[in-house]
Amino acid sequence: MTDPIEFLKQLISAPGLSGYEGPVRELIQNAWQPVTDRLNVSRLGSLHGLKSGSGAEPRPSILIAAHMDAIGLMVTSQVDGFLRVTEIGGIDARVLPGQLVTVHGRRDLPGVVVQPPDRLLPDEVQGGPVPLEELLVDTGLPERELQRQVRPGDLVSFAQPPLELGDDVLAGHSLDNRASVVALTICLELLKDRQHSWDVWAVASAQEEETLGGALTSAYDLQPALAVAVDVTFGKSPGANDYKTFPLGKGPTLGWGPNIHPKLHQEFKKLADRLEIPYAVEVMPLHSGTDAYALQIAAEGIPAMVVSIPLRYMHTPVEMVTFKDIQRTGRLLAEFICSLTPESMQSFNWDE
Amino acid sequence: MPENSQANTPTRITPAQIRMLERLCNACGVSGDEGEVRRIVLEHIREYADEIKVDALGNVLATRKAIGERKGKTGQVLRVLVAAHMDEVGFMITSDEGDGFYRFQTVGGVDIRQLAGKPVWVGSEHIPGVIGAKPIHLTTAGERKNNISLDNLQIDVGPSGKKVKPGDRAVFATSFSRLGPSLRAKALDDRLGVATLIELFKSPPPGIDLLAAFTVQEEVGLRGARVAAYALDPDLALVLDCTPALDLPTSDGEENTRYNTRLGFGPAIYIADSSTLSDPRLIRHFVDVAESLSIPYQFRQSGGGGTDAGAIHKARAGIPSLSISVPGRYLHTAAALVRVTDWQFAMQLVYTGLSRLDPQILQAER
Repeated sequence: MTDPIEFLKQLISAPGLSGYEGPVRELIQNAWQPVTDRLNVSRLGSLHGLKSGSGAEPRPSILIAAHMDAIGLMVTSQVDGFLRVTEIGGIDARVLPGQLVTVHGRRDLPGVVVQPPDRLLPDEVQGGPVPLEELLVDTGLPERELQRQVRPGDLVSFAQPPLELGDDVLAGHSLDNRASVVALTICLELLKDRQHSWDVWAVASAQEEETLGGALTSAYDLQPALAVAVDVTFGKSPGANDYKTFPLGKGPTLGWGPNIHPKLHQEFKKLADRLEIPYAVEVMPLHSGTDAYALQIAAEGIPAMVVSIPLRYMHTPVEMVTFKDIQRTGRLLAEFICSLTPESMQSFNWDE
Repeated sequence: MPENSQANTPTRITPAQIRMLERLCNACGVSGDEGEVRRIVLEHIREYADEIKVDALGNVLATRKAIGERKGKTGQVLRVLVAAHMDEVGFMITSDEGDGFYRFQTVGGVDIRQLAGKPVWVGSEHIPGVIGAKPIHLTTAGERKNNISLDNLQIDVGPSGKKVKPGDRAVFATSFSRLGPSLRAKALDDRLGVATLIELFKSPPPGIDLLAAFTVQEEVGLRGARVAAYALDPDLALVLDCTPALDLPTSDGEENTRYNTRLGFGPAIYIADSSTLSDPRLIRHFVDVAESLSIPYQFRQSGGGGTDAGAIHKARAGIPSLSISVPGRYLHTAAALVRVTDWQFAMQLVYTGLSRLDPQILQAER
């Protein structure tokens, strides 16, 4: 069995910004190879792993999606030996000054995002938050060398090394959503020695942070009967304490709202209660902000569910999760899959 | 580097010197808590010192008597104080908020815009933690137009973390690294000066009494330097520091004429900053040495900021002083950046300048 801590550290240390998931996909492919029956890559770059069920054909399938893409930056231009950048995914520019990055030029170049001194900024910006357009990336290289190495469109990944805080807690960038990829991998490893009637499509989806395009097209392609998005949700932290936030280490959350099929939600809840896996119900009055939004409306529509791992400081390079929550999420998914029978679909109806 | 030889001035920064600087930069020494840096300093210089002590404030004061005869007509050997500060800016934990969260205050000049989303090391054991930030999804556009205030930032060592207590110091957790011709690290201000002074002490310029002061609490008011200068009572003083290079492009594309110093232009000689008017005889001497040996140098643009010279030149009845700095970008942030050649030329200028000090230099009128 993969050591989940080491695997997660590897995953977050690999580049894989939205639309450019190649390097991280390769690591996931290696981990899934021994625990799936078939692997393929979708036209948009999502990784599909099939774990065949034991039921009679044609078998229904369940799709479990964890997006593998990460947020980051992209080079827009060069000025006097510095790089200007734009964002990939949603980033609060206020966390950027002083961040270590890797610029993926002709070769990988270490660098740092820098805030120019106030005296060089427009009056209205001085003393306040410096917008992304005014920030620069410094690679420490002389101008001519930088021109040789870097072009507009080159990607810039966060490069803060993973930080272990005790035995059970990891901080770092891209834990959204590589933590869920680990949970899905744990699920596949548990299924290896278990009997399950349904086919399982594990999907490491591409482009969630920008377009949800990976989940949408994979769901169309694979035509599952049910779909579950595994993602991260807001951990309680200073300034983030309302109903949208959840404590770390107290189990995953089960989404509830228009994005989610109510019967599917109830089944997950019943199962978690039976297994005594701690969880919280996460109400999502509108959009779940996850792949489930795309999974639900793929093809002729798919009953969808969201299971989330609480994570502090989402979309900063110091996101934080606990392995306890990742393990519980993986186990809950595996148990749910094993609980599906050839007749299960009849219960996912709208008989009020 | 061979000792006792004026001809053999240091020319290249060696891998061993880079490793020493790396160790110094990765050590934590927030003003008032310089112990970890002090231990490294003592380890390197103790065996070379004729006299050495740690004073009441925590300064390391070490003396190396003149090697070689270069006395003036009066028979005096110049007693030269060379100072570099060991402390760095950082944080102090102020309260335990439970569940691994701690409030903190900044120590020294830290721009609060540099804090959010950074890993930190807390206390002497370097306990890892992070300064988080509210997720962008939960902020409003209006909120993002304001700085994240210190009230809204906490150090988080994880829900199971327990070992931290109020009063502990913390620093940005950035490990030293090499970026092509540059170095990226925290605390290059002023571990670069400390490293230079260690090297100088191990291979001293001949003909002067070298009085080395590795000072404390520079970042919170030049406190160590003041008492070090009093105690050592030198004839003149040279301060080795790291000064901001603000040599970035302007946002309107106009020429940047207010760069303070520029990377790659050599060591920066101070003429005037907010607290010191450098001794013109010393300025002239070091400029002459630089020009005669074609060592690149630059004048630091006059203006704000300062060094330990601000306290030293007013100690006792006055001490003629000069500061020479390595230019550094992004000082007082998680990741500063310097050019190796600037450090190399600074070492060369300082060594040669001190080697060629005429004992009569202070007899000339200021």
